[in-house]
Order: sequence, then structure tokens, then C-alpha cells
Amino acid sequence: MSAITSTPDRRDTHVLPASEGSLFQRLLRGAVTPGGAVFLLAAVLFIAVVWANPSFGEPPQLIRFIGRTAPIAIAAMGQYYVIVAGEFDLSMGAVIATQVVIAGNYIGDDESRVLPAIALMLAIGAVVGLVNGLCTTLLKVPSFIVTLGTMLALGGLVRYLTGGAATGNPVDSFREIGRGGLQDVPVLDVLPYPVIILTVVAVASVWLMRSPFGRTLIASGDNPDAAGLAGSHVWWVKTRAFMLSSLAATVAGILLVGYAGVHPSVGAGYEFQAITAVVLGGVVLGGGRGWVLSAAAGAFALELLFSFLNFQEVESTWRNSVQGLIIILAVALAARAWTLGRRPSRTPASPTPSAAPSPTPARPGTETGEN
Amino acid sequence: MSTPASTPASTPATTSGSAEAPESVRRRRAARPRGARRLDSTALIYLVLVGVVVASAVLTAVEGRNFFTQGNIWAVLTAMSVLGLIAIGQTLVILVGSLDLSVPYVVSLATLVAAGGMKGLDSNVPAAVFNTLALSVLIGLVMGLLVSLLDVHGFIASLGVGLIVSGYLATNYQGSHGAAAPDLSLLGRSGIAGIIPTAFIVLLVCALLVTLVLRYTRLGHHLYAVGGNREVARMSGVRTAGPVIAAHVICSFLAGVAGLLLLSRTGVGLPTIGSQGRYDLLSIAAVVLGGTLLAGGKGSVVGTIGGVAIFAVLDNVMGVMQVNPFLKDFVRGLVIVLAVAVYARRSVVRRPPRFGPDRVLPLPVPLLASPSKPTDQDPA
Repeated sequence: MSAITSTPDRRDTHVLPASEGSLFQRLLRGAVTPGGAVFLLAAVLFIAVVWANPSFGEPPQLIRFIGRTAPIAIAAMGQYYVIVAGEFDLSMGAVIATQVVIAGNYIGDDESRVLPAIALMLAIGAVVGLVNGLCTTLLKVPSFIVTLGTMLALGGLVRYLTGGAATGNPVDSFREIGRGGLQDVPVLDVLPYPVIILTVVAVASVWLMRSPFGRTLIASGDNPDAAGLAGSHVWWVKTRAFMLSSLAATVAGILLVGYAGVHPSVGAGYEFQAITAVVLGGVVLGGGRGWVLSAAAGAFALELLFSFLNFQEVESTWRNSVQGLIIILAVALAARAWTLGRRPSRTPASPTPSAAPSPTPARPGTETGEN
Repeated sequence: MSTPASTPASTPATTSGSAEAPESVRRRRAARPRGARRLDSTALIYLVLVGVVVASAVLTAVEGRNFFTQGNIWAVLTAMSVLGLIAIGQTLVILVGSLDLSVPYVVSLATLVAAGGMKGLDSNVPAAVFNTLALSVLIGLVMGLLVSLLDVHGFIASLGVGLIVSGYLATNYQGSHGAAAPDLSLLGRSGIAGIIPTAFIVLLVCALLVTLVLRYTRLGHHLYAVGGNREVARMSGVRTAGPVIAAHVICSFLAGVAGLLLLSRTGVGLPTIGSQGRYDLLSIAAVVLGGTLLAGGKGSVVGTIGGVAIFAVLDNVMGVMQVNPFLKDFVRGLVIVLAVAVYARRSVVRRPPRFGPDRVLPLPVPLLASPSKPTDQDPA
């Protein structure tokens, strides 16, 4: 697949950087891109947290942390689809709030309603995504505005229906999805369901991004005109990205019911946190570059950072400031790193350096799905 | 061709129109809207505004009240002034191809710094106002430098700066803080003939100044150029950093002024007044509603004021009808999407065809010059 990107390049000696060398070399090269560096960042932060609080490194503690982070990581992966397609989804928090309230009020004490409720929530998530996507692609409204409208409308509606207060309480069997887990697992003690769901979502996402849909999605984000001329249905690809984002928000909402309970303010701020995580994962705003697991790793890095600040007893009110500082630094560094790390190695044999005056001679937007 | 920047650019072309080839004249005519589409986006937004006002007047009358009372007009204009000031700044930032999500926190910070500096004494007003505006300008400068020199996306730079400021606010200010000077509070209550509040006059003056800057100064033209296409502007010899920084600085400055206006009304500095007003998202919505392209390079302040007015009138009539405050958000969201959907369809149609059917792409010169030379790639 990555061979496609090199077709206009007639320098025969040139091989795409991502496909040459041994696995180790490729891993090393991937690690210096922003999408790879976030894994290093997460590792460094993890070591820092363990240093600050040694018990954090024990498997049961760790797996609980992963479980706690699962909703934001899943939301970040959902946001990834939209961002890599060159759009924004600001409606995520409102979707989470909607789903949480639906779960609280529809299920109630009725155990038999759990499965229909999940089906209903997923359907509503898909519809919201469909509306977002169609407004963006067919009505040509900027996605920022569409999803802002959805956010205001959904959020307003939910708060109106609930009166802005916590209402309803789903049965415990539903809440178990978010807070429970498989008992008596050898090393881990407990394997929380969120971790299993996160793993499933991550594997599915990787598979999806390697499928034709994922390739087309990245191409559409990189250059929608070119993707359209190449024969892909850009509008439908992007619409599906919005649906995936809303579905991810729905899953995050289901998990959050277990942790946070039913309140219309549950999802507040999730959209910006998810965008932060995605950006921290080296995904370029404007589309076309980035790996889905880097987005999830961005979420983990962010949460690890917050844990670290907690253990250092920094006032929690500074969280926002740290988050702001981090994303600015991450993006400023990433803007440099993408250009440095991706620059084709300048061999002296290169016949005419000025023969390829294109400002982006090697812009392998599609290759990042493989590192 | 509704952008003010294109108006002065096209004047010399029309004066020499008789001398140029009919082909290019035809091409330019094709680029111009014609017939029913002649209505330009600013006119459209004001038509919508008139429609909204009429609808509001009717709805208010149904409630048994008069929309055009002195008090109600005062209320609408007051509601416009704060969001309007922020939206003017946001227009500049969006025109130059960036975004500013930090405005609510700058507004909150401005009310706190000003109120803390004044401590309810008239003698402290000049220093407090200066400090407030200088701080706002500094924040704008930081964002401008991040966006222009470090190539950080405007969304991220302003979100990050906004978060930093919000963390500072949350850590250092728990409740209301300081007190406005009596003079400033008086300013907030004063106005002309009991209809036009002073705050609205401030808004009009700022709108006028910014419009003049956009139309007649080099900075204004560069703003449009950089917003339209940063690379092309750079290759045309525009220093792209200047307009970006200027837009962010002006935007934060105006947010600071908006904070002062809010302070004149509330009397105390409040750390959450900006984020409660959701000035970031609403100002962006107003700007887009006013016909400015979110991608930058096209739009006007006049349209933005129209967009702000629509919001203010809607809010007012919902207040009169005693709509549930949460339902207001629902209506607002719906209006934003619907209005922009209608507008966006038009702007796509009305964009001048750059590669339309009437334009013949010139063949590559080397191929024409040396047809005998065999080339391995055939231009089919």
C-alpha cells in the first residue's frame, strides 16, 4: 500500500523510509516521529509515576489504572477517525451525557432492559454521527460548526429533560460493565471489563485503519480533492468517521456510567480532552497523518501525567494549565519532527535536487498506519 | 466577491476594462455572481436579521408585550456589546486562518485583574485598565507567536493558552474578587437617550475601526492574503508572521475590553464569567453565521455584527417567552447549524470558478516548443 505514495517519484534509488531496514531500525525510526514518541513519553511518565509511588507499578493497581483510563482512550480513538479525516468532533461530550442519561432513565431497575438499552444507545450514537457527517459532507458546513451545534443542541436537550440534575439509576448489572471485572485472574487479581473493551476497540481500530476504509480515510484527510478524483466517495468515508466517533463516545459513556453515575454533566470537557490526547499522539490537525494507537497512547500519557501531578501533590486546579502547556509543547515539537523525521535522506546521487520542486516531495500520509 | 479586500483590488481592473482582451473580461464576469445570486452574503445575513426581528416582535406581541420598547432595545444592544466585541476580534483571527478558543478565560482574567486593581476607587481606574489591557495584549502576543513562529495550529495554541489561564484562575481565585470603580459602573449604566448603551457605542467604534483597518490598510489586506493561502502570501512577499500576530493581539485586546464592559455591569471580578458565557464557541458561531469562511481569507466585520445581533435577538425573545434556559441552548445549536447550512451552500456556489469550464489551461510550454523530441510520458 505504501508503494502508492512513491509513484510520482522517478528517482529510482529512492525507497520509502518506512519500508527499508530491519524491524528494529524501522521501530527506531518510528519512535522519532511524533506518533511513536508518544509511546516513549508514556513510558517515561510511567517510570516517573512509579518512582513517585512504587505501588502504582504493581499489576492489580496498574490494570485498574488502565481500566480508569479506558473511556478517555476509547473517546480519543473515536476522535482520531474524525481528526485524521481533517475534521473536528466537538459533540463528543454531549453524546456521552446523552447516553449516560438514557442509560439512567431507560434501564432503571429493569434488568431485562440492559441489552435493548445498549442497542438503543448505539443506534442513537450512530444517528448523531450520521447527522454530523451528512451536515459536514453534503451541506458543506464546517465540521467545527456542525458539531458545535450538535453539542449545544444535545447538551441543551439533555439538561432540559433532566432539569440539570442527576436522575435515574441503572441496575447494577449495567454498571458492572464500567466498574466490574473478571475475578481471580492469575497475576492481575481482577481483569476489569473496561480493559477488555479497550483491547477489543484497539484491535478493531487497527484492523479498520489497515482496511480499505482506513486507507481511504487517511487519503481523504490528506487531500479530499485528490481522494475524490481517485474514485473514493469522500462524503461517505467522512460520514462513517463521524459515526465511529459518536459510537466511541457511546462506548465511553457506557463505561462512565459505572464510574461516575448518572448526571448530565458527566461528559463535560471530554471533547477537548480527547482532542488533546489525539494531538499529543502526534496526529496532525487538518488530517492525513497519524496512527490510531498513538491517539490512545496520547490519552494514557495525559492520564499518567495527571496521576504524576496527583502524587506530587500539585493542586488539582493546575491540571488545566499543565494540559495546556503539554499540548502546545507537543504540537510545537511535532510540527518540527514531522518535517525532520520524514525528510527523505539526501543522497548525493540524487540527480536534480530542483527537479522535484513540490513543497512536500515525500509526504507519505498513508504509511503511518504501519509503524 | 463580497470580501472588502477584493473591492479595491478590482477597481483598477475595471477602469482599464476597455483595453483588455474580451476573453479575460468574460472570465471575470463569470467569476462575478449574477442574477438572483447577486445578493451578497452580508446583505443576506441582515435580511435574516430583519426576519428574526420581525418574528421576535410577533412572538413578543403574542406574549402581550412590545419588542420595541426602550428597555427591550437597551437590553438587546447591551447583550450584543460583549459578544460583539469578542466576535470582532474572532473575525480577525479567523480571517487570518487561525482560531481563538482562549477568549472566555481572557475575559474572566480581565474582569479579575481590573476589579482587583481598582478596589472600588476611581483613582485606580487608569492603572487598572492599562494593566488589564496590557495583560490581554501579552496573552494575544504569546498566541500569535506560537501560531506564526512555532507553527502551532491556532486551535491548539489558543486552547492551550486558554487552559493555562483557566488553571491559573481556578487556582488563585475561588469566588468574586475586587470591586469595580464607581466611574466604571456608571459607564455601564450610561447611554444615549435611554436606548443606546455606551457599551454598544464602544462596539460600534471598534467595529468601524477594524473595518477601516481591513479595507484600507496594508495590514488588513495582508490579513486576507495570509488567511486565503499562507504559502501563496509568503511567496508573494508578504511577511506572514505580522498579520497573524496582529490578529491575535487585537483579538485578545478586544476580549480584555469586553471583560471591562462586563465588569462595569457586574461590579466584581468573576473567575467563571467568561466560560459561563461560552464566548469562545458562540463568538466563532457568530463569525461563521456572519458569512466569514472558517478556513479564513473571506469575510467581514459587518457580517459578524449581524450574526451577533441574530443571537442577541433570539436570546431576548426566548427570555421574554420564558423558554427554559437549557432549551435555549438547543434552539441556539439548531439555529447555528441551519443558518450555516443555508449559508455554506451559497458560498460554495458563489466562489469564483478558478478552474471553471471557461478557463483554458495553457499547455506546458516545453511540449509545444519541442514536439519532435520523444518523451516517455504521453500527455493524454
